[in-house]
Amino acid sequence: MGFLDRLLGRREPTSREIAKERLQLVLVHDRVRMSPALLDKMKDELITVISRYVEIDADDVEVTFSQSKRQSRLVADIPVVGPAHRPTPRRATTKARAGSNG
Amino acid sequence: MSATVITITSGKGGVGKTTATANLGVGLAMLGQRVVTIDADIGLRNLDVVMGLENRIVYDLVDVVEGHCRLRQALIRDKRLVELYLLPAAQTRDKTAVSPGQMVRLCNQLRPDFDFILVDSPAGIEQGYHNAVAPADQVIIITTPEVSAVRDADRIVGLVEAEEKRSPTLIINRLNPDMVRRGQMLSTEDVVEVLALSLLGIVPEDKHIIVSTNRGTPVALDGRTAAGQAFRNIAGRLLGQDIPLMPLRSSSGVLDRLSRLIRGS
Repeated sequence: MGFLDRLLGRREPTSREIAKERLQLVLVHDRVRMSPALLDKMKDELITVISRYVEIDADDVEVTFSQSKRQSRLVADIPVVGPAHRPTPRRATTKARAGSNG
Repeated sequence: MSATVITITSGKGGVGKTTATANLGVGLAMLGQRVVTIDADIGLRNLDVVMGLENRIVYDLVDVVEGHCRLRQALIRDKRLVELYLLPAAQTRDKTAVSPGQMVRLCNQLRPDFDFILVDSPAGIEQGYHNAVAPADQVIIITTPEVSAVRDADRIVGLVEAEEKRSPTLIINRLNPDMVRRGQMLSTEDVVEVLALSLLGIVPEDKHIIVSTNRGTPVALDGRTAAGQAFRNIAGRLLGQDIPLMPLRSSSGVLDRLSRLIRGS
């Protein structure tokens, strides 16, 4: 990855590369009309909801938009660290689902 | 036969909509097509000066729409090409003087007599833009390889898709091959990848554009210029001709330096 190369100090990115990277990021948010701040808020809520069912590593959650052609896709990468929780408010349905995930 | 209506738009101002409209008009007319260019930038007309026809304006688009003259009376015939006409914008009015429906009707009136109707859109995404895009069968988005221009172009793509028009095509204007090579400018591939549009053409940065605009003689009239040749190629592609993209020569190439030496510029 170009990003890794840069981290390893192999070379400075050219302004062309910086332009492309910035453009891609800004367009992702323009296209779905969701600012990075709102995406963060949604991510926090997702963490809250998912944590009710399964133990996750909240610090390592990644929620991003990916682009394929002009199609946007919301991608969530959520590391599961523990088994599903059993005691939840709506027991019967959540238990079954949490079981299949854990 | 009925004309194809093509709207040239960009979102951002100053990226070359008017220059492209004038030159594609010239290019198509040189290929024997009957062409009318329409300046839809009401209040800020400029297509007339780029085409060098500013001294011939009697009536304008708003006069036609408001019934002050017949459509034929407002059309200005080009000085050089007999099958090229301009319908100028009004200079003393604003965008609200015309509605999208009126633009559709106007173009429908012109369709039987022409092969191509090229509409030069104003910058922005307000009513002037909607007026320009309403009659379009095809939309051409023009951008320069700059972050701001590409971002605005992307907004336009979204708007055109929302109107259920067919997907726009892309012209990349003012590309500087030397800067791309040095990693100082977005490349054609970068822009095409980011916007995910099909590429209609690339127009290299060319000083002749300024000179030709100074004179009011569109650069496409002179096929020896890089930009002029690029616009002619795009005109050919609009006619369905299979013309490969021009190889972009570096301006510091031997040939170019030699020709500059000979021309003494």
